[in-house]
Amino acid sequence: MTKCLILSMEEWAEKKNKKKIVVEKINLKIGEFTCVEPISLINTFNAAVLGSWLDSSEITIETIPFEGKCSKCNRLYFPKKENGYKSPCCNFNLEEIISGRELKIASIDFKEK
Amino acid sequence: MHLPISDKIELNILHQNSHQAEKNKVKFNNYNLLCLNIMSSPGAGKTRLLEITLEDLSKKFHSAVLEGDMTTNLDAARLEKLNIPVVPITTGRACHLDANMVSGGLKLLEKKINPDLLDILLVENVGNLVCPAEFEIGEHFKVALLSITEGEDKPLKYPIMFREADLILITKVDLLPHLNFDINELKSNITSTNPKADVIEISSVTKSGFDLWQDWISKKILKFKNN
Repeated sequence: MTKCLILSMEEWAEKKNKKKIVVEKINLKIGEFTCVEPISLINTFNAAVLGSWLDSSEITIETIPFEGKCSKCNRLYFPKKENGYKSPCCNFNLEEIISGRELKIASIDFKEK
Repeated sequence: MHLPISDKIELNILHQNSHQAEKNKVKFNNYNLLCLNIMSSPGAGKTRLLEITLEDLSKKFHSAVLEGDMTTNLDAARLEKLNIPVVPITTGRACHLDANMVSGGLKLLEKKINPDLLDILLVENVGNLVCPAEFEIGEHFKVALLSITEGEDKPLKYPIMFREADLILITKVDLLPHLNFDINELKSNITSTNPKADVIEISSVTKSGFDLWQDWISKKILKFKNN
């Protein structure tokens, strides 16, 4: 995932002329229902970019809650594994996921040299 | 230095992989080749499943395998004995196959056989219940294996994998009489995580369930070919 993030940043920077910018912050939106542990992503990113053009950049992560929709009564709820992800209102299985699958670079804060 | 600029890009971190996966899928479609992504934890029985499956399947359908493995070609060597085209993909330190690796594997497969002659491509992913679930490879269907020795709670502990799967094979069910294992609890956990998945109980020792699994594959191939 860290590699994918860095490749995405490289792709973005190519359009901006990498040598003329300094990236200050990479602002991510990471859903709770993904395979990404935010602190691990930050740590591996920091280690991977040491000495590179992204060395001075900082990652911020906005966690997007895992939210489902009860397929019986349409109420939104926060699925919990302790409850088998079922809806607390009707005890229905998790069918529709509203949010929590996000793996996004929301924005990049940078300065031109 | 100028003032900071905020570029709001809202870009999926995995977009490069997704883009390559789409290109792979277009290739599979052009070859009229159904692709299954076979995933599980290490030791759930993927390679043994493929050995038994391909013995029968390759009599009816032209089959090939892309065999993902972190460090060895041992599994690929086992499958090559079935006289079908097998391409090993050694991932090195990576714990999953990604779309680029599969694209590379497909290029090597093209050197072995014209994929137009094939009906199905089985991609055995690296044994891991986490990362393979997030990385599309261009597959038409995802198949997740879960052996009963892993415990009833795994669909809840690794929900992305079991949520993403189109079919879940519960493997090693011949061990049921010897274990304190509640298969109904496992099925309930699967259903609550992914109510839409097909579920088949299977044993590579007794061969129980293989008729259902072969039937599932055959129907998918025929439907795909007819579309």
